[in-house]
Amino acid sequence: MIPVQAASPVSGGGNSSNAVSSAGNGTTDLPDAEPDDLTPEQLAAQWEEEKPPAAGALANVGSSLVVIGVGVGAVVLSVAMGLGTPSAPQPGLWPFMISCVMVVLGLFQLIMGRRNRDAEKFTRMSVAPLTGLVTLAAMVALMPIAGFELPALVLCIIWMRYLGGETWRSTLVVSAVVVAAFYGIFVTALNTSIPHLF
Amino acid sequence: MDFLNPVINGFAVVLEPMNLLYCLIGVVIGMLIGVLPGLGPAATIAILLPLTYNVEPVTAIIMLAGIFYGAQYGGTITSVLLRLPGEASSVVTVFDGYQMAKQGRAGTALGLASIGSFVGGTAAIIGLTFLAPIVASFALDFGPAEYTALALLGILLVATISSGSKTKALIAAALGLLLATVGRDIFTGENRFTFGSLELADGIDFVPIAMGIFGLGEILYNLEERHRAAKAPSAVANVWPSRGDLKQASGAIGRGSVLGFFLGILPGGGATIASMASYAMEKKRAKQPERFGKGAPEGVAGPETANNAAATSSFIPLLTLGIPANATMALMFGALLIQGVTPGPQLVEQDPGLFWGVVNSMYIGNILLLIMSLPLVGIFVKILRVRAAILAPITALITLLGAYTINNSMFDVTLVVVFGIVGYLMKKFGFEPGPLVLAFVLGSLLESSLRRALLVFGGDPLGFFSRPISATLLIVFVLVAALPGIRSGLAKRKATIPADTAATEIKEKV
Repeated sequence: MIPVQAASPVSGGGNSSNAVSSAGNGTTDLPDAEPDDLTPEQLAAQWEEEKPPAAGALANVGSSLVVIGVGVGAVVLSVAMGLGTPSAPQPGLWPFMISCVMVVLGLFQLIMGRRNRDAEKFTRMSVAPLTGLVTLAAMVALMPIAGFELPALVLCIIWMRYLGGETWRSTLVVSAVVVAAFYGIFVTALNTSIPHLF
Repeated sequence: MDFLNPVINGFAVVLEPMNLLYCLIGVVIGMLIGVLPGLGPAATIAILLPLTYNVEPVTAIIMLAGIFYGAQYGGTITSVLLRLPGEASSVVTVFDGYQMAKQGRAGTALGLASIGSFVGGTAAIIGLTFLAPIVASFALDFGPAEYTALALLGILLVATISSGSKTKALIAAALGLLLATVGRDIFTGENRFTFGSLELADGIDFVPIAMGIFGLGEILYNLEERHRAAKAPSAVANVWPSRGDLKQASGAIGRGSVLGFFLGILPGGGATIASMASYAMEKKRAKQPERFGKGAPEGVAGPETANNAAATSSFIPLLTLGIPANATMALMFGALLIQGVTPGPQLVEQDPGLFWGVVNSMYIGNILLLIMSLPLVGIFVKILRVRAAILAPITALITLLGAYTINNSMFDVTLVVVFGIVGYLMKKFGFEPGPLVLAFVLGSLLESSLRRALLVFGGDPLGFFSRPISATLLIVFVLVAALPGIRSGLAKRKATIPADTAATEIKEKV
């Protein structure tokens, strides 16, 4: 692993650290950026505030409808496979039972879960996972054609520079080292058949 | 002492150089991911599943188990030094551990936690050694009816005890059961839900599902969680607690061991619940409860002991009944199935080398972890400075390339990415991924037991109530299913005094 001394530049607010390797004098030299005399309850409340905002009722309706949709689809397909009787079941009986349970749970969630606040809102931060996903999908698509090295290098650079906010220097150095290490492990040492260019 | 012979032979298995090496690799990885906030043990085990293909089953499980209990040790470090729990099971350690660090006793807190972890882990292994064969011999006469009831109860318990919405957890479990039916029906040979795809005809492999939902899903989700990024701590010295500290904490360590051991056995229990229960118990028992939250050593020692004891004892239901008690154990179950070993009551008799090899490896692992967390703790504190931004692409690439090596096919890689999206969206919309993976693993066992049992009973579902064990289990099932209704009724009455419930609320949400 690569030890880097400073704290993450992307940490929110007053979190960026001033505790750069002080001498080990038996104590931990933590920055008092936040009031430290919090009771467990206050601390938990603070964590609660830091969480991404909760999504509204629409998220619950949406996810419940997806569940009901999948359930109904599975019910239809299971019936088409044939149900049979409990003593002589056809292939569709068991999936039919599960998908019925799923539809019922979905309806229950649709009605009873309206006030639940356990779903998270998609915020501007959600662009990061989306970008990550696109690069992953692109890598899966390109690997059979171009080998894994160049897509992996691009993926590393995008994730470190744009999603992680690393400096260009550390991004390029670390990415190159990472890809070289993967080449060494998967191609040279383990001799796997991963598509590779070189 | 015939009973002890296989136990002693198990040590011979552990001491093979290959197994020792994998034990070391496992606990080091566990300690590392415990220290690094972000990836939990379940995600790490899922990502590393392809590593286990080319080794002996016992070696594979020794390593995976090491990751699991190693993470319990490592999670403490960030809780104490940074007030950031590295693992869910170390959340309560933050309350007193960080206060101790502020008072200049970070070393003492870490030292007490690792000694407690060691004691708890070791006590649980000894308990496991004696209890597991008894449970297994009891379960030997289990027929399909009992297995149906047991699997149903296991899935329900894991879904209801998980944090967050119970209904959503049950939906996730249903989805897992449904995914398990994809492919050829084992009784009739007919294809189900394959949509004409040849690749799906053999069913969906467990590994891409686990890697996608636990691994990639969590990596993508973490890309969004910027505010939890770690700040770099300084060095820690003097990790050896004084005799007075040890004396003060010894009661908490003893109680934590017992409490953790029993909570770990329960389905849906495990390390997180054990640590919270231990903290609550210590606070209740203390003569001056107001010291808690201000740096009480018992508040660190108790929970840390309990989470390790629970992590160890949660192997009992897996290795003796073949029913994983939590999501991480579901991954172990899957890893064993890949190796052609079906965990169950016959495992102790038929494969004592594997059973006792895994159990005894935990002694070695705990000793290694004690060494790493007392004299070598400084090294792991330094690792805290590795940034999440650098780790994320590395873990993502390990996942993709690892998925390829399972069958040398891009189809598996595509599946991993697809299930990664599913896992991310599930987390985003408040669906726990654990029950899905657990239900998926148990899906085919549940279906085949159910169908066999119904054949025996001539198609009469009431037949399940004609056998005492399956009847009892099903009655418990109904009770557990009805419990949320009763509870929410009670909660409404309690809503006027929110202060009381605040403490439990917190724990469930973090």
